[in-house]
Amino acid sequence: MRRACLTAGFLLMATFAFASAKKDWFASVPEKERVRANPMAGSEDAVAAGAIIFRRSCATCHGEDASGLGRHPSLRTERVKGATDGELHWLLTNGNLGEGMPSWSRLPEAQRWQLVRYLHSLSVEGSTPDGSR
Amino acid sequence: MVRLLVALACLIAGSVGMSAQELPYFVTYSHHMEEPGSLEIESKTAAGRPTGGDHFGANAFELEYGTRAWWTSELYLEGQSTAHDSTVFTGFRLENRVRPLLREHWINPVLYFEFEDINGANKSLLEVVGHDGNDDLLGSNAEARAEKKREVELKLILSSNVKGWNFSENITAEKNLRHAPWEFGYSLGASRPLRLAGGAHSGIFAPENFALGAEMYGGLGDSDSFGLRETSHYFGPTVSWSGPGGLTIMGSPNFGLNGHSVPRIYRIALSYEVGQVSRFFHVGGRGVR
Repeated sequence: MRRACLTAGFLLMATFAFASAKKDWFASVPEKERVRANPMAGSEDAVAAGAIIFRRSCATCHGEDASGLGRHPSLRTERVKGATDGELHWLLTNGNLGEGMPSWSRLPEAQRWQLVRYLHSLSVEGSTPDGSR
Repeated sequence: MVRLLVALACLIAGSVGMSAQELPYFVTYSHHMEEPGSLEIESKTAAGRPTGGDHFGANAFELEYGTRAWWTSELYLEGQSTAHDSTVFTGFRLENRVRPLLREHWINPVLYFEFEDINGANKSLLEVVGHDGNDDLLGSNAEARAEKKREVELKLILSSNVKGWNFSENITAEKNLRHAPWEFGYSLGASRPLRLAGGAHSGIFAPENFALGAEMYGGLGDSDSFGLRETSHYFGPTVSWSGPGGLTIMGSPNFGLNGHSVPRIYRIALSYEVGQVSRFFHVGGRGVR
């Protein structure tokens, strides 16, 4: 019994230590994921569907208009706009657990691609409607 | 207690409900964790009639909090009511789940630790281990309550997402802290949304808001008599609907697969997810930069 408790405690501590390690998610994206094409590319329906999914799953943290809420960052940034479809899809799938971003792998893959379409349709904060700053 | 309930009601009223497409499992855990800073309030009910006994309805009231994106904590308060007998509080459970691997893999492990302080009248059937079975649900509440069960429970949760399906497998080891050998159990779950892609004009009853699946669970004996002999096993289809504002409703009839099992158990769960409760306490995730 004592050995089992010690083993469980060690596993727990190792998990905490591992999970606390910080790493920039962007650098973690494998190259083959980075270049993945969005099967929903060009679909305006995907943007509308992605907007519904965003309101249901993401808006409580990132705000209804994706411009951030409290400590949760805005998604209307150059970094998000400039990320490839594959990079955003990878982030939604894996999350950035050590930094507080959950994995959304519970959403079917098609819905994650729709979310990517929606995120890329957002204008960058402070930009004009044509996209210039 | 009243203050606590009022505070909880205020939190719910002042918070934003969110929907996270809950998997339709009652016993099985997947690798999907609670969103950090969010609170899920859930009521799980199991009703049935053991062979030779009276009808019962057991409820587990659950508070699930996303402590971190990789760490979920839960508190259960449980009670039951038995026909021709009484309604009793049957104990509480504290549990924590952590994801040791921070990326998605083909199989995603989660480590689960639980302490439970329940009594012998508990009929929530949140897990089946050892030689648990029909006979444990017989007898009067007054007698059963006298049996104290302070137990630790460890689970290895394995879970995979494949082409819209989720497959989850749990192995459970449970031990009474005062006596008795380790008891073992298992549960398996598979589920899939009715539609994988979201619709551009989806309403609340759109197919993607429904998930269908199946669960199977049972005991594997104990460290003195490991195996399937004199153990109970259950199987049942499950369905869930995730509505707007964080509401999820799940249902499942479970069928006993052998003579040691309760013939049928009807399960229903109602949950409400409150997004970013941590805002009220001035703490929270650091987000993604």
